[in-house]
Amino acid sequence: MSKAKLIRGPVYVLEDNIDTDLLIPACYLNLVPTIPEEYKKLGSYALAGLPDSFPKFASNPDGSTPYPIVIGGRNFGCGSSREHAPIALGAAGASVVVAQSYARIFFRNCVATGEVFPIESETRLCKEFKTGDEAEVNIEANTVTRLSDGKIFPLKPIGAVAPVIDAGGMFAYARAIGMIKK
Amino acid sequence: MTITEKILARESGASIVQPGDNIWVNAGILLTHDVCGPGTIGIFQQEFGKDAKVFDREKIVILPDHYIYTADVKAHRNIDTLRAFVKEQNLPYFYDPGTPSYCGVCHVALPELGHVRPGETIFGTDSHTCTHGALGAFSSGIGNTDAGFIMGTGKLLVKVPPTLRFVLDGKMPSYLSAKDLILHIIGDITVDGATYCAMEFTGSAIEALSIEERCTICNMAVEAGAKNGIIAPDQKTFDYVNARTKKSYEPLYSDRDAKIQAEYRYDVSKLEPVVAKPHLPDNKALARDCRDVKVTQVYIGSCTGGKLEDFIMAAQLLKGRKVAIKTLIVPATRHVEQGLLDTKIDGQSLRAIFEAAGVEPIAPPSCAACLGGPIDTFGRTHGNEVVVSTTNRNFIGRMGSKDSQVYLASPYTAAATAIKGTITDPRDL
Repeated sequence: MSKAKLIRGPVYVLEDNIDTDLLIPACYLNLVPTIPEEYKKLGSYALAGLPDSFPKFASNPDGSTPYPIVIGGRNFGCGSSREHAPIALGAAGASVVVAQSYARIFFRNCVATGEVFPIESETRLCKEFKTGDEAEVNIEANTVTRLSDGKIFPLKPIGAVAPVIDAGGMFAYARAIGMIKK
Repeated sequence: MTITEKILARESGASIVQPGDNIWVNAGILLTHDVCGPGTIGIFQQEFGKDAKVFDREKIVILPDHYIYTADVKAHRNIDTLRAFVKEQNLPYFYDPGTPSYCGVCHVALPELGHVRPGETIFGTDSHTCTHGALGAFSSGIGNTDAGFIMGTGKLLVKVPPTLRFVLDGKMPSYLSAKDLILHIIGDITVDGATYCAMEFTGSAIEALSIEERCTICNMAVEAGAKNGIIAPDQKTFDYVNARTKKSYEPLYSDRDAKIQAEYRYDVSKLEPVVAKPHLPDNKALARDCRDVKVTQVYIGSCTGGKLEDFIMAAQLLKGRKVAIKTLIVPATRHVEQGLLDTKIDGQSLRAIFEAAGVEPIAPPSCAACLGGPIDTFGRTHGNEVVVSTTNRNFIGRMGSKDSQVYLASPYTAAATAIKGTITDPRDL
């Protein structure tokens, strides 16, 4: 994961229990993420399961998203083990999810693939931001700043999986520690 | 140590492990299917090379089950990808659609085929892999990248989970099923109440359950966020496993003084039939409090509610009665499908009972509408249907349409609802 540690742009705000069927509906699981054009297509369907009352996430004409930062509540990514979920966010161009807590497999898939940083917030940020607000996430300083008024919110340190994230995903980590050959 | 800790310790070569330890664990079985298999193979080939060989041919099981009966071109392409890989790697355990080896839903087929053994580790590219803890294995769902890693190395970096223990005692009422028990538990602890934890189920009511009913309980552990569900193996487990495999295994058990994070106790004799209302599995309500809900279709199928015993429960209520609404029957596997013919109540086969009751033509085994799927999937919702389903998830759009509503229920409650057309407590028939 050679992603920047400073991410700036508009946020897309969601609340609790954002499940994997919302993140990528099952009708798109016929797409295989390791095929480059299907990877890109998955990005264009990121969050396509949300009710139609939500603004479209991947709304750029090329199927990417104008929102590099996704904010959620509790239990983000619950449900299926489909790795298509973090891949869809990453393929759309999102770099980071900031949520109060994560479902286990989604968090793990974010780390293993290196597609998006899954960061936990100390507070309920989905009440502090609305979709379209400009923000800056600083992954080294563990902060997110609301750019309209400069208010800074603390993030939790990434913890035990930091070495895997720093290496750039599960394979890069395993190579770095000599678990598999380079 | 708990049973979960002991299995992980043994498979990592450590004598003791504690919750929070990050350890490299050997995979006993790697399970995959048509939706995540091609991506897993893609990662394996990217990372280990086009000529790489899998870590152990005997430990990889591929059970296509998700998108089988569809005209979707990519779905067929994906199964062809599996076929090519199986041929190239000469894998012995591939259950190919369209051939006599095809089985159906992977989590019902895996134990049926003897691939689940007490004390072993199973990793699968499907969140409901937690099902197999019902036979005393450590079994957990993973993504494609981790699965590709296992395919090449046979190992996975695992964080040892703390254990939540659920002690279920008391005599099970005739109108209650394992599905009611797990919906009660998820309703109480919520959809993230067991996040990162092992859910260990024990007590006299669990011991009294059949293997299939134990599978229903462990199957839904992930709906509370758990890493695995697990039940200590007993003579029932050994009889079931020994009838299906000649491979040896070494069961493990929790120590009496094992440290756990929390304990929850239930007297099942006092519990009532429940449903999980839209759109979360923890949205629990008593079935009798939902009598006003008009239902447009009933779905009986999936890894949670499409096993032979699920259909026996449904048939007990449907025998001699007619369904009032569209009722869909999807046996999970070929074995279950055959069981609909071979299993009889008062001389009448389950299939004959269902047909006489007026259900839709019975579908061939697969995951079908449990997760929506391609547009032509059997039973998929397309509008504002209200569904009572024996499946495991009722998220928005889960069965296809964002406008449909799904109530999760036991096979008894589903069958009673099919007869009345409104959500019905089975005691009201």
